[in-house]
Amino acid sequence: MTFIAPSSASSTAQHRETAQHRETAPLTNTAVERIRNDFPVLHQSVNGHPLTYLDSGATSQNPISVMEAEQEYYEQRNAAVHRGAHTLAVDATEVFEAARETVAAFVGARGDEIVWTSNATEGINLLAYSFSNASLGLGGRAARRFSLGAGDEIVVTEMEHHANLIPWQQLALRTGATLRFIPVLDDGTLDLLSAADVVGPHTRLLAFTHGSNVTGTLNPVAELVALARKVGALVVLDACQTVPHLPVDVKALDVDFAVFSGHKMLGPTGIGALYGKADLLADMPPFLTGGSMITTVNMQTAEFQAPPQRFEAGTQRISQAIALAAAVDYLRETGMDRVAAWEAQLGQRLVAGLAEIDGVRLLGPGLGVERLGLTAVDVAGVHAHDVGQFLDDAGIAVRVGHHCAQPLHRRLGVTASTRASTYLYNTTDEVDLFLATLAEVAPFFGVNGAVKR
Amino acid sequence: MSDLQTLYQTIILEHSKARHGAVNLAPLADAVSHGAASGLRVAESHQINTTCGDEVTLRVSLGAGASTKTDAVDSAAGASTDTSVFDLVWAGEGCSISQASTSILTDTLRGLSVTEARALLDNFREMLRSRGKIEPDEEILGDAAAFGGVSRYPARVKCAMLPWVAFEVALIEAESR
Repeated sequence: MTFIAPSSASSTAQHRETAQHRETAPLTNTAVERIRNDFPVLHQSVNGHPLTYLDSGATSQNPISVMEAEQEYYEQRNAAVHRGAHTLAVDATEVFEAARETVAAFVGARGDEIVWTSNATEGINLLAYSFSNASLGLGGRAARRFSLGAGDEIVVTEMEHHANLIPWQQLALRTGATLRFIPVLDDGTLDLLSAADVVGPHTRLLAFTHGSNVTGTLNPVAELVALARKVGALVVLDACQTVPHLPVDVKALDVDFAVFSGHKMLGPTGIGALYGKADLLADMPPFLTGGSMITTVNMQTAEFQAPPQRFEAGTQRISQAIALAAAVDYLRETGMDRVAAWEAQLGQRLVAGLAEIDGVRLLGPGLGVERLGLTAVDVAGVHAHDVGQFLDDAGIAVRVGHHCAQPLHRRLGVTASTRASTYLYNTTDEVDLFLATLAEVAPFFGVNGAVKR
Repeated sequence: MSDLQTLYQTIILEHSKARHGAVNLAPLADAVSHGAASGLRVAESHQINTTCGDEVTLRVSLGAGASTKTDAVDSAAGASTDTSVFDLVWAGEGCSISQASTSILTDTLRGLSVTEARALLDNFREMLRSRGKIEPDEEILGDAAAFGGVSRYPARVKCAMLPWVAFEVALIEAESR
């Protein structure tokens, strides 16, 4: 790889300037070109071609302001939070907690309803192990609402990322509860008729994704929440693919818990968040235990802090939390409605273009259906790994494989797929280049009858 | 040749479609007892590439001494200086690199003595892991030399190695029978 100097070395200053008067006009390619100046990593060539980054569904890139926030923290404030009385420790604690408020406000939550985690996967595991502990009797009477045993049912969907499947499989194994799932239809959407049967009187927990990382399907949250409410089940929302891309308000969605990852929303790796309704978090026993999450400790017993500290044992991911808040600032200043509208446009452009390529099958909803700005496809006769290699040779970065969703791929009759996922820094030209290059794949590999119309 | 053509040489693309040695595998127990009746030791190994889900089940039949298929059955039970790879069959799915590698493996190793097969495997592995530094030796590797381009793509080395690892594991298993 060769590095091409970013076209705007002083882009941070520029960004700060533009950020002061927030734009409301819809995003255009011209506006996106300005946004791209804030992302140095995008300005490089790969295999002799300008990098076309279409893998933000896996991990997104960081704007300069995010990297600067992390660096500034280490240069000026680095200290352990919630521990010291010295000035640096006080400063660090303040910016750390301010970051929590920023991220909370971004999803419509209160600060004390946001628990820092390493990523969404850890957030879901935190819930699963807390419920597991409650099932063992930890947390006392208040925690009984989370206790599971034989006869209880946990419901997920067939389209889940493994992160929202395996922790529940394991919880079922530990507690004797039964794991059930809402099936997926041929078009990649949920079978909502079956959902009404699967979610029944024994359902204690309903966990589902807001938007599929494979098909781009957006699930009807209100409808699913209504099913859960009818039977008194708790609702866990995997919002990994939506919080970065759409305006999300956890209160309006009325879910009990939600998780998302920082690195998918312009932030660094190693930071994510769990949202939980205050009254629920208050009754949950801790998962990880140790320093910082306690009040009084004796040799045999300990008392725990109120949430969110109860769930944040040990030294926290301070610089990452602060950088995530900077990412949220960047998204807020750009405007999530504008981001969502732009990506919807890119998503429809992908779907329309894919329909023009023979031998390419789109997994998920077709043209005109509301979806995320990502598409996964099966290229007849060519393995996804080979498709990805061909695209990489043209400088196009996509994800290939099962995207941590083996059951969904199996349901759709494929073992692997090729996924292009967009973000606010992708142009329509990039989408078109991807489509044109994808059309050359089958001829290169000598697959018959796959010539572009 | 472009980088991509170096990776996907014509022989690789052809083998990825021809898939020599690919069969619907009969149950292993049947193959083992059937093989034993002919003096063959049969074992298999199932390997998965967890990054992409490619998988292969490679079944090895070891005979004694002889190096051609036609008379191997007769001489398989007889005393010989070195065991030979009597037959190789497989089932699996995956990318063109892993499929072609399995196809070429069966052509290349079938009929070799176990010692020769192991030496070839070691040479293949060393070449693949060299990040393009070791030129493949066609004298030793035959058609498997076509995977020289793969060694410059670290992410694809596992694809090419998949059936060779399966062979290595199945071979040890067969020898112990």
